Amino acid sequence: MPSLKPTLQAKGIQKFLGSDLNSVHVLRGVDLELMPGHSYSIVGPSGCGKSTLLYLLGLLDRQNEGEIVIGGRSATHASEVERTEIRNMHIGFVFQFHFLLAEFTAAENVMLPMSKLGKRSPEEMREIAFQLLSEVGLGNKVNRLATQLSGGEQQRVAVARALANQPSIILADEPTGNLDVNNSNVVFELLCRLARQHGQSVLMVTHNPDLAKRTDFVLPMKDGLFVEDEKS
Amino acid sequence: MAMTLSGIVFGVGFFIITQAQTSGFERFFIRTILGVNGAMRIQDKLQDTMRSMDAAGPNGGSGFQVKVTDGKKYISGVPYPQEISNAAKKFNEVLGVSEVVQGSARIFGNFREMDCKPYGIRLEDHVGVSDLSNQIVLGELKDFRQKRFGVLLGRPLAKKLGVSVEDPITLQASGATMPFRVSAIYETGIEQIDRARIFIHLPAARSLFKRPYGASFIQINLTDPYRAKDISPHMTEVLQHHVASWQERERSWLEVFKVLKISAGVTVSIIIFISGLGMFSTLAITVMEKTKDIAILRSIGYTQSDISQIFLLQGLTVLVVGVIAGWIFAASVTLGVTKIPIRIRGIFSTDSFVVEWSIWHYIVSGLIAGVVVLLASWFPARRAAKVEPADIIRGTGG
Repeated sequence: MPSLKPTLQAKGIQKFLGSDLNSVHVLRGVDLELMPGHSYSIVGPSGCGKSTLLYLLGLLDRQNEGEIVIGGRSATHASEVERTEIRNMHIGFVFQFHFLLAEFTAAENVMLPMSKLGKRSPEEMREIAFQLLSEVGLGNKVNRLATQLSGGEQQRVAVARALANQPSIILADEPTGNLDVNNSNVVFELLCRLARQHGQSVLMVTHNPDLAKRTDFVLPMKDGLFVEDEKS
Repeated sequence: MAMTLSGIVFGVGFFIITQAQTSGFERFFIRTILGVNGAMRIQDKLQDTMRSMDAAGPNGGSGFQVKVTDGKKYISGVPYPQEISNAAKKFNEVLGVSEVVQGSARIFGNFREMDCKPYGIRLEDHVGVSDLSNQIVLGELKDFRQKRFGVLLGRPLAKKLGVSVEDPITLQASGATMPFRVSAIYETGIEQIDRARIFIHLPAARSLFKRPYGASFIQINLTDPYRAKDISPHMTEVLQHHVASWQERERSWLEVFKVLKISAGVTVSIIIFISGLGMFSTLAITVMEKTKDIAILRSIGYTQSDISQIFLLQGLTVLVVGVIAGWIFAASVTLGVTKIPIRIRGIFSTDSFVVEWSIWHYIVSGLIAGVVVLLASWFPARRAAKVEPADIIRGTGG
């Protein structure tokens, strides 16, 4: 049974982009709570602040107002080093573009977050990488360079990499935006299935309403605020 | 990066090779001049020049006198060489002293005549303050020791006069003419000395120059010749004679070697600096090309410091490999250079390149390369660390 404590809590998140006269109020006090084992999708028109919110929750950027708590630790006033550590331990990212390191093999790419965490031996890391790649259906391509994989395969490696440190939260920014329908379904199903299996929260930004409907919660966003909370 | 690595290898290598050669020739020159003219020379007696005023009253001297020191003056030569030699020997650092009477003379031999500078010496004393015993190229010192009117000629002078060992020559000075016989021929390698200086026994020199007492100078050898500059002022003060160290005597040549060393060092360091620039531009381009990779590493938990370290590590790898390869290259070429035949006569005598093996050349070259490479990689590393992952990912993500 997954824990009932929220994996992520965000309260009153406000974000301005640009400076002074050109400043745009992108997020206007967003509140959000992610529970383990559930999947969420943020939908909305371009420029409504979906991706900005995702990067703030992923601690890749800093909000102007509000508080973000991940794994019981407030990241609001944390130093850059602490935020990076929280990111490494608790968050897995999947982006629209796979962002694999081209010079590394699939297994080496998956091992990168584990290597940074430094809690496992190289043999253990390799074993976990092989296991995760098998789970995403790439067990026979672990030693292929990223450039030797198709777009769908690369995105699956990115999913495996996001799961490498068994993070409590998976943040995905248009994870299927660059894939055909078949591969979109594969990657989406993988994310949701693995998240359920491992008791992780998945928060996904997507323009695809069909995929969004298949998550546990759809969070429509407009002008920097969630406008309604639909439970599928 | 291969070009940068080559630059570091050759930069470090050439730095060491040029320094080994310039230092080698400098050391050889110093050894030569120490072997010829000794570490120090006591020459010229110090004369305390004081003007005095008698405050004379109407009835003559009052006994009151004012003395005004008016700077230093020297009287040429050493009037009491024995006393000064004995006093000099009391300095712990002094290894040997040799009294020399020097003058100018005309030398006649084999129907030719030339100007020369006879040095009247006590052989046993002089071999203790010079390298004369090793500079004999023809004949034997033993012969000179045994003959009251034996003479040692420099090789070029002997050649110009057309004389050799056992040949008679005549010296003419101060209206006196004295016959001598060539005991041996020496060569210091210093052309100026070899073609003018001749050695005769001290009593013979006194007769020739009509100088029954006193000496022109006293040549001194020290346990550590490099301390001559420090000891000479003290000795001057104690002995009341001007004591010139070899550093003072050969200042102009030593300056030439110093300038050569600096010039060669700076010139060759430019190769290292250019390599550094190459490395800087390569790493800066890499940072620009790899912003996406840097952003992804940051997003999966790599800190700014981790990112810096990746680039600094690249620089460090080039530095370590380049410096070690440069050292090996330098050591091999330096060794090879010593085998190259080259005949040098003039300020010293050598038939091959002279090099100095100094660990400091290796340390300094490594330090120069270290500073250049670390600076060249530090700036791109800092820039890489400042990449904002959100901006990059959002920008690429469209």
